[in-house]
This record gives sequence, C-alpha cells and structure tokens, in this order.
Amino acid sequence: MLRESFTALLSHWRRKPLQLAMLLLGLALATALWSAVQAINGEARASYARAAAIVGQDRLSSLWREDGTRFGQQAFVKLRRAGWLVSPVIEGEKRYGDVRLRIIGIDPLTLPPEASQVKVTGGGTGLLSFITPPGVFFMAPETAARLQGQSTPPRRIVDGLPPGTVLTDIGIAQTLLGAENQLSRILLWTEQPLARKPLAEAAPGLARKDPAAESDLSRLTDSFHLNLTAFGFLAFAVGLFIVRSAIGLAFEQRRPMFRTLRALGLPARQLVLLLGAELLAFAVVSGLVGVVLGFAVASFLLPDVAASLRGLYGAEVPGTVSIRLDVWFAGIAIAVIGTLAAASGSLWQLWRMPVLEPAKPRAWAMASERAVELQGCAAAALLFAAIVPAKFGTGLTSGFAILAALLLGAALLLPLLLSILLKLAARVSRGVLAQWFWADTRQQLPGLSLALMALLLALAANAGVGTMVSSFRLTFTGWLDQRLASELYVTARNPGEAQAIRDWLIQRSDAVLPIWNAEGRVGSEPVQIFGIADHATYRDNWPLLSSAPDVWNSIARGEALMVNEQLARRAKLQLGSAVTIPGGWQLPVAGIFSDYGNPKGQIIISNDLLTRRYPDVSRLRYAVRIAPAKAPALADALRAAFSLPPENVIDQAGIKAFSLKVFERTFRVTAALNVLTLGLAGLAMLASFLTLSGMRLPQLAPVWAMGLTRRHLAALEFVRGLVLAGLTMLAAVPVGLGLAWVLLAVVNVEAFGWRLPMHVFPSDWLRLGLLAVLAAGLAAALPAWRLLRMAPAELLKVFAHER
Amino acid sequence: MNAKALLIFLLLCTPAMAQGFADLGTEAEGFAVPKPGQALAFPEDHGPHPEYRIEWWYLTANLQDAAGVEYGVQWTLFRSALAPLEKPGWPSPQLWMGHAALTTTDRHYVAERLSRGGIGQSGVTAAPFSAWIDDWRMASRSAPGTDQLSKLSVDASGTAFAYSLKLDATGPVVAQGQQGYSVKSAKGQASYYYSQPFYRLSGTLRLAGGDVPVTGQAWFDHEWSSQPLAADQSGWEWFSLHFDSGEKLMGFRLRDSREGFTSAIWIGGSGKPEPQQPGALKVTPLEMAEVAGRSLPIRWRVELPGKGLDITTRALNTNAWMTTEVGYWEGPVRLDGSHQGRGYVEMTGYK
Repeated sequence: MLRESFTALLSHWRRKPLQLAMLLLGLALATALWSAVQAINGEARASYARAAAIVGQDRLSSLWREDGTRFGQQAFVKLRRAGWLVSPVIEGEKRYGDVRLRIIGIDPLTLPPEASQVKVTGGGTGLLSFITPPGVFFMAPETAARLQGQSTPPRRIVDGLPPGTVLTDIGIAQTLLGAENQLSRILLWTEQPLARKPLAEAAPGLARKDPAAESDLSRLTDSFHLNLTAFGFLAFAVGLFIVRSAIGLAFEQRRPMFRTLRALGLPARQLVLLLGAELLAFAVVSGLVGVVLGFAVASFLLPDVAASLRGLYGAEVPGTVSIRLDVWFAGIAIAVIGTLAAASGSLWQLWRMPVLEPAKPRAWAMASERAVELQGCAAAALLFAAIVPAKFGTGLTSGFAILAALLLGAALLLPLLLSILLKLAARVSRGVLAQWFWADTRQQLPGLSLALMALLLALAANAGVGTMVSSFRLTFTGWLDQRLASELYVTARNPGEAQAIRDWLIQRSDAVLPIWNAEGRVGSEPVQIFGIADHATYRDNWPLLSSAPDVWNSIARGEALMVNEQLARRAKLQLGSAVTIPGGWQLPVAGIFSDYGNPKGQIIISNDLLTRRYPDVSRLRYAVRIAPAKAPALADALRAAFSLPPENVIDQAGIKAFSLKVFERTFRVTAALNVLTLGLAGLAMLASFLTLSGMRLPQLAPVWAMGLTRRHLAALEFVRGLVLAGLTMLAAVPVGLGLAWVLLAVVNVEAFGWRLPMHVFPSDWLRLGLLAVLAAGLAAALPAWRLLRMAPAELLKVFAHER
Repeated sequence: MNAKALLIFLLLCTPAMAQGFADLGTEAEGFAVPKPGQALAFPEDHGPHPEYRIEWWYLTANLQDAAGVEYGVQWTLFRSALAPLEKPGWPSPQLWMGHAALTTTDRHYVAERLSRGGIGQSGVTAAPFSAWIDDWRMASRSAPGTDQLSKLSVDASGTAFAYSLKLDATGPVVAQGQQGYSVKSAKGQASYYYSQPFYRLSGTLRLAGGDVPVTGQAWFDHEWSSQPLAADQSGWEWFSLHFDSGEKLMGFRLRDSREGFTSAIWIGGSGKPEPQQPGALKVTPLEMAEVAGRSLPIRWRVELPGKGLDITTRALNTNAWMTTEVGYWEGPVRLDGSHQGRGYVEMTGYK
C-alpha cells in the first residue's frame, strides 16, 4: 500500500515536469547563493586563521613596544640573559616588482615549538643556507607563482603559510627591511625557567600582550563578511518564496489524489510522512546541486572578493576556492531545513483535514481580509521596531537588525498596500471590464503576494545597494581629485637615489613634496604617520571634513596634527582632542580628513616634525607638481635619467585608475549577488503565475463565455503581471532609500570607519523599474501564451465539471 | 673524552649524512684538524676555537647535602660550527647549545638551550674566563693574570630546578693524551683536550621542595676537534672517577664494529698525568636496565691492571637519561671494589 501510494504521489511530478523543475531550481539556486557566500567566507576565515597562527601568535604571549614601533635586539639578549625563554621576530613589508610581501624574520634556534611551522633545516645545506646571505624565502605555492620573474632570495615552497607572507631568517629579514639590529616583537615560551628576573626589570619599555583569540584581520574584516552573509540570507529567503509557491501548488493540485488515497484507507499520518519523505528527497538532491553551483559561483566571485579584501584591509586571501566539507553539510542542511519550513504549513493543513474535505477545489490559500490586516499590523510593528535601534542602537548588529526589520516589515505590508491601491483603482475605474479587471487582480493578490514580496525584497535591495554604491562612487571620485592633486608620484629604490632624484626634480618642476611615513600604534590601533610639507597643494585641496581655524599654519608650526576619519571614529577623537603619538608625545587634533579605502588609521604632522621625531623614517617617495601638460615628458625623462622601472613613476591618472579599479572590484560581488537575487524573484513570480493560471479557469471561463476573446483575456493577464510589478517597484523605492540610508549611515561606518553623504539617482530606479516590469512580463508571458493557445473545449469543461 | 657532544649536530644532520653518533663521524671539510706536538696555551685556549667544528666546556659534580643525601649536577656548553669562521651578528655560523641536569636518587631534571653566536646571547671569553648561554653561566672568580680555572662560579636553571655553585681547585689543570692531543681511534682521529678534575665545591640546589645547601667535588673538561670519531664508531662510554685516595681516572671506550677502542689516563693526587696504553683499560657491562625505551648497562666493571684497579660502578639513579634533542645517558655513580669513590659515567649511541 505504502509503495503504491508513494508511486501515486510521485506521478504528479511526471505529469508536471515544469513544476518539478521550478521547485528544484528554486531550492538549488537558494542553496547555491547561500553556499557561495559560506565558501567565500570560509576561505577568507581560514586564511586569516593561517595569518594569525603564523609564528604561533594565536597561542603565544609576546612583548611589544606600547606604540608598536620596532626596538633594538639587545632587548632580546637582555631578556635571555635574565633567564627568560624568548624568541625574536621582525616583521615588515617589501615590494618585489608589483608584489607586496609581508616578510617575517625568525630565529630558528630559539623559536618556541608552538611557533615552528616550517622545518628550516630541511633539504640541501639546511640551517647554514637559511641563516647566511642570501638566505631562503619560505612561502606558499601561490606566493611563489606571483613572484615569477622577480629576483628574491632562493624560494622554497611550503604549505600552511598565508599567501603574500614569507618566512625567513631574522638576520636576512633585518637586512632586507633596512632594520639592522631591530625587532618588531619578542615571543615568550609558554613554560619559563625557575630563576628569572621580573619582566619590568628585564624588558623595560616592553609590554606583554597575551595571544589574541581574534586577529586584527578577522576583527577588521568581520563587517565585510557579515555583509556578505546578510546577502546570502536575503538570497536564500527569496529562494524560499519560490519553494513555498511550488510546494503550495503541488499540494493544491493533488487534493483529489489525497482524498482518494485517504478514502482507500491510507492513514493521515502515513500520508504526511510520505509527502515529507518526498520533499526530503527533493531537498537533498537540489541541496547537492546547489552546493556544487555555490562553489562555482564562489570561484567566480572570489578573485574579486580577494582583491577587495587586499585593497580595503590589506588582508591576503587566496584567489581559489577549496572544497570545504563544512560548506557541503551546511548547504544540504539549510536546503532540508528550508524545504521543511516552506512545507510545514501545507503539511499541517493536510494533517488536520477531514477525509473528504480535500475534494473541494478552491482558490489556493485564499486569505481573508482579516488576515491581510493582521499582517499589516505585524508589518507596522516591525517598521516601528526598526526605528528603535536606528535611534538608540550602535554597532553593526543593530545596523543589520534595522535592515532585517525594515525589509521584513515592508514585505509584510505590501499585500495590504496593494489591496488598498487596487480597491481605489476599482472605485475610480469606469466600465464593467475595467472594474472586473481590478477586482479580479485584487482577488488574485493572496496567491501572488508571496512572489510579490520576494520581488519587493529583491528590488529594494537592488535600489538600496545601488544608491549606496553610486553615492560611494560619486564621493570617491571627487575625493580622489582632491587627494591626488599632484601630477606625478615617484618612488626611489634607495635613500641615495631618493636624494639624487629630489635634486634633479627641483630644477625641473614647480615643487617636490616628500611623502614619508612611519608606522606605530595609537591605543590598540595600527596607524601610519605621514609628514607633509607646507604647500598650497595641501592647503587648497586636502579633503577636510572638519577643521580648527588656522589648521594649516598650526600643523606647519608642528603644534597640531590631523587624523583621518577612521581613526577619529575608532579612537573617538574630536577637534581639540590630544593624541599620544608613537614615541610618547602629544599633539591636539586640528583637522579630520576623509580617507576612503584605507584600512588603517592615519595621522598627519609637519614633515620637519616627522624627520625630527623619527630619524629612521624611509625617505623614498615624492609627489611632484608641474603643469599637467608637461607631466608625461617629465615622467619619461625621469625614468630615463635614473633608469627607474615604469611602476616607480606613476602619474595622477594612473593612480586614479588603479584606485577606481579597486573600488569597482569591491562592489562587483554585491552587484553579482543583486542580479542573482533579482533573477530568483523573477522565478518566484513565474512560479506563482503558473500556479494561479491553472486554478483560474473557473473564473476566466465565464468571462470568456460572455464574449471576451482568448486573445483579449491573455492580454489582460499579461498586463496584470506588469501592473503588479510596477506597483511593487513603486513600493520598493522608499524601502530601498531606507536601506541605502542604513547602509551608508550605520553599516558602512561600522564596517569601514567612514560615513558617506547619500546621493539619489532616480534614473537608476527607472532602469530597475523597467527591469522589474520586464521580469514580470517574462513571467506572465508563459501563462498568457498558454491561455491564448488553450482549446475552447478546456474552457467549456469548466461548466461541465462538478463544482 | 668528555664528549658529550651530542651536539646540535642534529641541526647539521641530513639523512644521507647520518653516520656515527650525532654526526661526529663525518669529514671535516674546511675545518682545522688537531695535530700532535702543539702545546696548549693558557689562558687563550680556555676560549673558543671557531676554526674547529665542535667544542665543549663540561662540568660534572658529585654532591651531598648536610644529611648525606647524594646528588649529581651537569653543566655543559657546546659549540658547533656550520663553517670554520666567526662573523658578527645573525649570520654567524657558530651555534651554541647548553645542557644542564640535576640528578637526585629518584629524579633526573634536564634543561637545554640553543643559540646563535654573534649577537651576545651565548659565547666564551678566555680571560677573564666566562662561558654562557642565556642566564646559564660558568665564570672565573680568580684575579686577572692568575689561573682562570682556579675559582669558578656555575649557574643554570630549568623549569623545575636551578643550581648555583662555587668551585675551588685544589690541584693543577691536567692536559689529556700527549700534552693535550687526545687520540680517539686507531686511524688517528684526535682532539685537543684538558681537564681540571680537582674541584671542591659548595652551593645551593633549588628544587620544588626548597633550597638545598650542598658540598662536593667536580670535574671540568674542555675539548675541541673537527672530527673526533671514525666513520664506523657508533658511540662511547666515558668515565670520570674520583677515588677516596685523591687519585683520579678518566677513561673511555669508543664502540665500533670490532672490539672497540679504549683509552685512559691516571691522575695522581698531585695532578701528575700518567697516560695509559690504548687498550689497557677494560670495561665490561654487568647489568642492563630499561631506560627511556632502550636497554642500557647501569653497572660496569672497570679494570686497569697496571694500576691494580678492578672496580664496579653503580648508578645513583638509573634513569639519568638526557631528554635533549640528541639523547644520551649521563649520571653520577658510586664505586666499589679495589678502590672506593664517586664519579660520572656517560653513555652515548644507544638506540
């Protein structure tokens, strides 16, 4: 009996392959987007963990200078001779061609066992070649591939190192980084000997830092990944609307079969179990397909994500996706859970239904006025709830809480809104056909509302994110013009060459401005300290957000400093706040400037002060002012005079192009997810229209019988789809604006540390509206076409059937 | 041969080169080689000899507390050169390794330190004599211009023990072999080697139970070479024995595929060295025990017929295995038989 019942239930899908395809496709796509985001995040997190685990930083305490600057290696010898088991580390960045490497120098003899990742003695002459020039670079295969053609110390490939990071001997690293006898930090062994001096006496000026459970990188990038996760959820939610429609339809159409099976003696419990098993099988199959698709989407998107992470946070993530077991399990699990959630209502109805009840055909899920009103109340409550955190909450979580409440509230409100609009339209329309059209559209609303809600979500997300990205682009390009005011940017290869280039340029240009910087920490924030010359280039162009009067003069006199917006927000600085700069001296903040796309805090002081306070600062970079028309010739002459590689002399346009490229890549992922979500919403509409068209014959047949042609009816059906999509688009605009505001004013501030002014782009909405109408048109076309081609006998049958 | 040497040589070790114990049997390419007939010069020779591949400063001590409970202490600094030269800073090819141990009747504490030369974390100076790695230190307390080894202070610490000792020599420094040229095989491998076996000492042991004041006697060795073992020699037993009569014996057996190579020197109470003919010393294992997963002799019969010596050695603590990167057995022993006394035994190359 069970087997026969199961075969009977499955036969439905054989007769309706399109429905089956819709169900599986919806589920697979939803799972795919979700899995893609998981795979990307998983890849990035694994990479941060590798970075954090390097030389045991995640497990070992270490000693640092409070301000994060380097210190003399005698501190290490002194600690050792005071009885402490410690090991020195130097870290820094160095460019090889266009590849930026993070170089970590270690002492293999004192390295704690927890920190040994690489057997440096392996192969060839082992330790001797590791510690004596030219040394050995240990790196991941990906790093080696990037370095192809560059001349570095001999490279040896190992697994487990993050991309872009190189492990080498401490002496070799010191020489390469120009930091002879300098250390970045000292690692403490976990077990220490009995006899040792107190740390304060053995290491004056160094502070102990316990191993970080969370690395700087994962903290910085957390918001970025949360953003992606939110998108993944949104996509999944939209996908579930399709699944819900498809399952609802399949249940509705199988009512006569359920009745027959129950009448033949199949208990309700077994029927529900059979249907559950059927859905479970579908969920697993489409979950599998979804995860495979997800990995494909992830490997398509990851290079862009990796580029944005590198550009925004300096975080290195490999550009290829590895197959992660947890993503497989999570993907299939969420497919199963989603399916069961979407089907629970239908299964519950079936469970409670009297044996003969299912035979009555009726419009599926015909909701009462009252239900719509209740839904409206819930929506109002949610929208109100969105205001509370917007007003009082802070932080990323509250930002996403606002987003969730806003989107869900708006979606729930949509049916009520449309119902009111349609009622109004029916009231003002003249003529029986028009009135029937509006009344009939309103009648269909309950069946379509799920799909329309999905469309609203997708459209609002598109409008909101689009507004954010466009606002960002507008602000960013304007800011680039201000920030990159100089015509040429030159980087010398060594201090001697830098001096020679400067002398050479002074005679041939309007001004040569140093771009020198030191690094350190303010509080726990890593910062860069730049020195600037007192020059009109800065006074006229610098993108100040707020400033004290006489800001440029007080900086030129060395009496004040400027900070970027990120640092001001993170360290809660205002104009006039005193900042303790690495090196232990204080200056007041006289200006705050915008600094988009920079992960680090930045401080600007006068260049004289910089060279006085940090005599070791690297003096290799200059900005050059010259009439724009003469810039290319000067650049060529400069390259020729010093045989500089092309990338060491960059013109303004080159840097702008590069910055914009990073910017565009950052949002390419968002754009791709947006398009996919919109596509899903279109599918949801198609599913709903198909559902309804099957059930609407009893309503259409009388109209046809009264003389309306099939062609006319089909046209009306088609128009109906367009009208509903258009109305939904209208509703989506304010939601999108709200979303954009939350993204710009709350989420971005938390995620990146800067706040952007919001700009509105109505032409984008028009394009989006057209896209929505197009999607609705495509979705409505198939049912309309079917109606057009329907044999009149089918319509006649309606009158002959039991009813 | 106080050879403990175990040396870092692990670091040099690649599978293709694995010969002898801790790689001591490999060719000494580019390194200086000991030659007979070159007298030792002090204080210069107390210092390091970077042109030789390996070198060690070695101290073993037999101690008792006020209640007569016995202890043993070891302090060693090894130097191992990757290349026959010294350079300042991190590129120095001179590597240093410290081993410290404290043996009680039921425990054996071990600590190990590694370091690079060139940056001041470890090293040796001849005058004033000082040998150090980290906070471990063996330093002269004698006045400048006098015998630097006549008074020493010695300190070391591990995670569960520490000690601090003051040593005073009651006899002269003794050159081993022929004026310090000590032959290690029939094929002529050799090292430079001298000892100061006449230390009386007092000091403090620091253990979990608190500080323990101790007194006793100690034996110091300094030895350097580039290739002390022949390729087929796999390990050795080494004995440094203090007899109650005031006389001393240093003897060793190098094991090879045949009967092995033994050598000994008898040191009179006044410090007069009497080198014995190769093969005159006879050592025979009497009892084996399972230590650190190996079978090791923990009782030896030691015979030197020319001196009427026929004794057995018995370990104070059989479990004196050095759990260092290259493992070996090193511990205090008591002597019974024709002579009474105490001493130290080292056994290497037991797999």
